[in-house]
Amino acid sequence: MDMAINQTDFSFIPEREKSIRTKGQQMQAIQCQADSVAGCVSQRACVYCGARVVLNPITDAVHLVHGPIGCASYTWDIRGSLSSGADLYRHSFSTDLREEDIIFGGERKLMRCIDELAERYHPPVMLVYSTCIVGVIGDDLEAVCRLASKRHRIKVIPVQSSGFSGNKSDGYRIACEVLLRMIASQERILYQPFHLNYLGDYNLAGEAWIICGYLQEIGINVNVAFTGDSRCESLLTAPGAALNIVQCAGSMGYLAKRMEEIYGIPFLNVSFLGLEDTMQSLRRIADFFANPYIIKRCEALIERELAQYGPIVKQYRQHLKGKKAAVFVGGGFKAISLIKQFRELGMEVVMVGTQTGRQEEYDAISQLVAEGTVILDDANPSELERFMLEQGADLLVGGVKERPLAYKLGLSFIDHNHERKHPLSGFTGAANFAREVEQTVCSPVWKYLDGPIHTGRINP
Amino acid sequence: MMKDDPNPVRSVAENPCNMCMPLGAIIPFKGIENCMVIIHGSQGCATYMRRHMAEHFNEPVDIASSSITERGTIYGGEANLKHGLNNLIQLYQPAVVGILSTCLAETIGEDIVRIAGVFQEEQAGSETPAMIPVPTPGYGGSHFEGYFLALTGIVTALAQPTRRHDRINVLVPHISPADVREIKRLLELMQVQYTLLPDVSATLDAPYTQIYRKIPAGGTVPADIAAMPGARATIQFGATVEDELSPGKYLEINHGVPLYNLSLPMGIVACDRFLNLLETLTGNEIPKQLLDERGRLLDAMVDAHKYNREGRAVVFGEPEMVYALGQVLAENGITPVILATGSKSPRLKELLLDLTADNDEEPLILIDSDFAQIRKHCADKRINLAIGNSDGRILTEKDGIPLVRMGFPVHDRIGGQRILTVGYTGTTQLLDLITNTLLANKLKHYRENMYAKHFPFQPKTIMFKGEVSDDGQF
Repeated sequence: MDMAINQTDFSFIPEREKSIRTKGQQMQAIQCQADSVAGCVSQRACVYCGARVVLNPITDAVHLVHGPIGCASYTWDIRGSLSSGADLYRHSFSTDLREEDIIFGGERKLMRCIDELAERYHPPVMLVYSTCIVGVIGDDLEAVCRLASKRHRIKVIPVQSSGFSGNKSDGYRIACEVLLRMIASQERILYQPFHLNYLGDYNLAGEAWIICGYLQEIGINVNVAFTGDSRCESLLTAPGAALNIVQCAGSMGYLAKRMEEIYGIPFLNVSFLGLEDTMQSLRRIADFFANPYIIKRCEALIERELAQYGPIVKQYRQHLKGKKAAVFVGGGFKAISLIKQFRELGMEVVMVGTQTGRQEEYDAISQLVAEGTVILDDANPSELERFMLEQGADLLVGGVKERPLAYKLGLSFIDHNHERKHPLSGFTGAANFAREVEQTVCSPVWKYLDGPIHTGRINP
Repeated sequence: MMKDDPNPVRSVAENPCNMCMPLGAIIPFKGIENCMVIIHGSQGCATYMRRHMAEHFNEPVDIASSSITERGTIYGGEANLKHGLNNLIQLYQPAVVGILSTCLAETIGEDIVRIAGVFQEEQAGSETPAMIPVPTPGYGGSHFEGYFLALTGIVTALAQPTRRHDRINVLVPHISPADVREIKRLLELMQVQYTLLPDVSATLDAPYTQIYRKIPAGGTVPADIAAMPGARATIQFGATVEDELSPGKYLEINHGVPLYNLSLPMGIVACDRFLNLLETLTGNEIPKQLLDERGRLLDAMVDAHKYNREGRAVVFGEPEMVYALGQVLAENGITPVILATGSKSPRLKELLLDLTADNDEEPLILIDSDFAQIRKHCADKRINLAIGNSDGRILTEKDGIPLVRMGFPVHDRIGGQRILTVGYTGTTQLLDLITNTLLANKLKHYRENMYAKHFPFQPKTIMFKGEVSDDGQF
């Protein structure tokens, strides 16, 4: 296929240059954690989105969006977080502000909504998200929530997530603050030496269950996963844990740090993406507890799982070796894990970018990738298109918005987003990942894209 | 008579049946040739809407944002918007730029019409694209109103006094690219010279080509929109559209173009009406090909009529689609039990009351509704068919009502852009889908239902699970 850049008018926005690096070519560090450039078609969402992503998996909470209908509409049950019980989190509640509410203020309507929901569902907790205009019309969310808490004797917690007040990662931090409020308790905290909390797993397709299963098997109890399949009550058990392990550092690193400050709980950054990372992470956790029984069980589990899933990954590797991958995901931690995971499959990552990666994560990425790899922060479709073609990528890993772009360019695609319906974590997840890569890269459809229609002509 | 207000007083919206204005307003712009859209607001709005649309259309949907931050909110976002326009023009080289606002921009008092004017003045001398600002505060109405607001905005901005010509304007509501293609095919078969707006048939359903274009080929040509005031007539598929949102009305009042406001050509009656109108306007005969297609639809209706009489349906979505579907149900003897929309549409309510005036069972008409309300009313009504967008999947999951997916968004199945429901052929396809959904549902429960209802002896073991309807109809 003709891989040349196909538009003569293609031009870069000079401001974006600082956010694009080719390994081995520039000395200056990449610009990241900055505001998106207007008009460039950033793939990022907003503060509300960040907060909602983190808190949404709390299954027995009412998630009430205070704002016009859109913000609730676009986030209704679009994510694959699973619950073992309550399903209140899968409903979308909005105060549905209209013109008159904007003029006269939305506090009264908010209070009525909270009253209605408290009466209808008796939830243990209500999370009230502020959207852009709430920050502007000056509704006092804190005061309304305080009053409502008293009236209904439940937790009603404001989530100050006005969309314009930063970017998605600010939303993560705001959500972490809310979680700190939710785990705070008057009761005495009982220290549990073999218990941990699992931070930054949203139980997509049961991923948190898989990891909790491993830990349980080796003799470690999980108090609560943040926030996959968590409940108001289970979150209260968090302060007693001996350790926090953090999978998605981008969203939950802040919570881990704060819990260390407040409760003295140390944390480990882990990753359960790929065989190698999963194995290493389990060993590091076992080592932390320094208990021979746990270490022995851990090794036994690794041996068994590797025997089961290792050959599967190996088998797919044969078909995938030498293919080139491009990565564009939300956070840096996931990008790092993916680079390693592609290596397990014999594939090289030729382009890697994130929406909200941090400096230290980009440093780690830069360490990992080969010379000539393009690294981008907050990329837009034009840049993704250009670099995927220039770098000759066979595959893109990304979210829903990136998928059609990859397909239009004739590239394979891996959905590494919150909508996925099969787990990509742990040993079984590594096998699923390898299978998904094989299914897309080795599909027969690609070979028909290049040929002209005349290949079907019959010679008389 | 039906009770006055089936919508109980409620504050909270639970499981929305609508989206916000800017989303609807994006779509007509996507149906103009070489056009890009920028949304003046915080970054999230553009991204959420892109995500929603990309999933439905299975196409890259690029929408820029002025990315207003805290600073912009306090000091004004004008600089952001201008900066965004500059970058957008450089990256995409569009001929037309749609500028939409959001709840944030409107609340902090941004005047996008003024800013667009200032921007063009500042760029005087260099070639700038046509700018069409359309204020669309998210709280001002649903995506349905946003769509027609933008469509009227486009016509108002581009239409120029033009000498009379032979073309006919065709204004379409929010329908699938496949539907637009079908309407164009009908127009061509009738040998009509037309300007169809907005033409998303290729822009939101682009064929695979070896060269990717950031702005897909196709769309209504701006010069053709400019010439709309000279047309012989306007056909607008906007039976439920209020006059102040109606681009056809605008052309009639301001440029004297006669308006024929029809409902979408779905079902025999509506399709006939459309083709009869084309016949009258052009003097051309309806070709045999279309008569055959009509005959096949009639044949399909007869084949399926007994199965369809068992259908008891809940329909939801944008007003124009709900009204068109109401007619298809009526023609085929399917009982419309609940007809609902998330938009405020007084005209839809009137039309539906007229349409169903003679029905044995009066349908429940829900305006400005949501899925919590729809579900509540579904209880105990023995509904066995839902028709509408993917958000109705909650009716399948919680209430076991099978869903025929159409409208927007279809995000849990592939091919939203290819769903064809208009014209005789589209109606035939839709009807088969509806009938087969009813049949599949019936056959799924048939054996256990009949056993439970009629087996006269003492059962040895309980062999089947399943519910039987009160009157054993299914």
